[in-house]
Amino acid sequence: MIKHFINFEWKQFFRSSYWQKSIAINILMVFLALYFILVFLALGFGLYPILKKQFPESDPLIMVNGFLFYWFLGDLVMRFFLQKLPVMNIKPLLILPVKRSKIVHYVLGKSMISFFNFLPLFAVIPFGAILISEDYHTTTILIWMLLMVVFTFIVNFLNFIIESKSAETELSFLPIIAIASGLFALNYFEVISFSSLLSNAVNGITENPVLIVIPITFLAILYFVNYSILRPKLYVDGSLKEKAQIATTSDLTWTRRFGDIAPFLQLDLKLIWRNKRPRSSVFIVVMGLFYGLIFYPNPTYQNMPAMFIFVGIFVTGIFMINFGQFIPAWDSGYYKLLMSQNIKYKQYLNSKFSLMLMSAILMFILSIPYVYFGWKILVIHFAAMIYNIGVNSHVLLFGGSFNRKKIDLTQRAAFNYQGTGAVQWLIGFPLLLFPILFFYFPYKFIGFEAGIATLIILGGIGIILHQKLMNGITKRYLKSKHKMISAFDQSN
Amino acid sequence: MIQATELSKKYGGITVLNIDNLEIPKGQTFGLVGNNGAGKTTFFNLILDLINPTTGSVINNNIQVNKSEDWKPFTAAFIDESFLIGYLTPEEYFYFIGELRGMNKADIDSFLAQFSEIFNDEIIGKKKYLRDLSKGNQKKAGIVAALIGNPEVIVLDEPFANLDPTTQIRLKKLLGELTKNSNATVLISSHDLGHVTEVCERIVVLDKGLIVKDLKTSEETLKDLEAYFSA
Repeated sequence: MIKHFINFEWKQFFRSSYWQKSIAINILMVFLALYFILVFLALGFGLYPILKKQFPESDPLIMVNGFLFYWFLGDLVMRFFLQKLPVMNIKPLLILPVKRSKIVHYVLGKSMISFFNFLPLFAVIPFGAILISEDYHTTTILIWMLLMVVFTFIVNFLNFIIESKSAETELSFLPIIAIASGLFALNYFEVISFSSLLSNAVNGITENPVLIVIPITFLAILYFVNYSILRPKLYVDGSLKEKAQIATTSDLTWTRRFGDIAPFLQLDLKLIWRNKRPRSSVFIVVMGLFYGLIFYPNPTYQNMPAMFIFVGIFVTGIFMINFGQFIPAWDSGYYKLLMSQNIKYKQYLNSKFSLMLMSAILMFILSIPYVYFGWKILVIHFAAMIYNIGVNSHVLLFGGSFNRKKIDLTQRAAFNYQGTGAVQWLIGFPLLLFPILFFYFPYKFIGFEAGIATLIILGGIGIILHQKLMNGITKRYLKSKHKMISAFDQSN
Repeated sequence: MIQATELSKKYGGITVLNIDNLEIPKGQTFGLVGNNGAGKTTFFNLILDLINPTTGSVINNNIQVNKSEDWKPFTAAFIDESFLIGYLTPEEYFYFIGELRGMNKADIDSFLAQFSEIFNDEIIGKKKYLRDLSKGNQKKAGIVAALIGNPEVIVLDEPFANLDPTTQIRLKKLLGELTKNSNATVLISSHDLGHVTEVCERIVVLDKGLIVKDLKTSEETLKDLEAYFSA
């Protein structure tokens, strides 16, 4: 039976249209995975020499053990957001003559062969090997390595318990943040020093290998808890059921003042607020707002205003870029409706433009406190806002007419590359790079004011020509209408 | 009202639809039947300019649909769930469509009142998004939305599929009243021969993209069709 399960997994992976369609994304993911593997390998090989050099009188193994608490805590938080128990695709198995317990064991077992569980090995094995070659006790190190594997699995199963508990309470990620920061705080302020507790425990086990039974028992208990949580939920109205949200209706009457684009504006606002993926772009905005704090106080960048232009474009345009690059794919789920309803394409596009325009102005206003770092910052942000409104918004809308990738709004947001294609990459560069160049040359040869003026003038031209540009863009959309409809119609 | 001339659609050399000439006069209730792959949805998609014809054209009230967008104000359709906006509640969806067709909230509310029988208290005021409704209820919402704003042309692809028996009967009644009281041209496709013969004045049978029968509905039509499809 297990043989079949594995066979299904294999086919699911390689026959998914996702795999076949977006090779570029897969290459990217492979690179990302390789990158992490390399980082961990470097850590594994480098840790011993570095620690030996920096702290010649301490035992590197003891020191590493002291940090294990932070490692596992970070691991837990990361898994919470990125790793889900793979339960959804077992629905068809339920009515087949397979024992339910077997299915549960399979799901839990499958979670053990996750990339997250292999990653630490890339650091643990080289580090352990070096320790052995440095005349540590071979058994001690083998026990230590085994212990790390056991701990990784403990984190693995602990995460699923926390996930299922927080799913029940509808608090999403609040519990994990509370637990993690609570543990961290208790440890940091030395109320209870978990890191030394854990370190002592690890040291104790490596000295007295029989004690490894304790963490293994703990792992077994966690596995069993997971099993007993999952087993009774294996019904289509249990954990296999997709959650229905309680709808909240809102009038958004204030949008009325925008005239004939009001219905679309309302639709877009609801789109953003009620769907996971676009909602996350709102949170990115909040993070992006603080992006300037990395650059503005930093003395290295003080004589590089071109860098500040980048930050300015980024801060005032982050929502625009995040939202704009997937126009019209946000509406891909009901594109046929929009195309056959009583809608003029231009109205539809104008509503998207208005949303981007408002976001740029709002972001500029929110970024005014940066004036604390000098009036130049404010000027830069203003110029960047004008440029974003006049040039980048039109570029984004134009780029959207080449968009052929559907977005499923109900999918999760983090690490979701659905809808990302060559268009997004091609368009990303000019959005951020060109304004820097437009600023840099006048700045280099004439002065700061000339650079700023260039951006404002370019933006101004875009704003003046708005109607003309929109007509041209609308034509492009009309031309590619059928291609878009058929592309959005294909289910991924 | 609708005129298809030398209309054909090919995918990779395979012809999926080939209509020499088909005219649907104003006010007619027009039924389209045929087995899977006969080209029913392709024909409807061509009428709505959702796909481009390989040859020929569709003219809707003197407007060639792939040349101008002016057919949109008087044409409405429900083809499949992709005509629904999943993250809206049914009310919001109706208001949105209403707004596009020049009806305000009060208009829509009074318009919806006549459908309370069909909605059966499962659609309005349920605090559910369209994406969370059952297939049948989604279909009801989509069909009703296609009737908003007194369109002159209504295109419904398999409106009876997925509906419960009570709603099927009510929908038939509704479509009957609609054609009696207004001068709307209604285009329906269905796999249920009984339903189309009851509702439609004229029935066209498609087979592999070609029109094989064009019947004016009479007492014998159902028998004719059954004989044709069982042969």
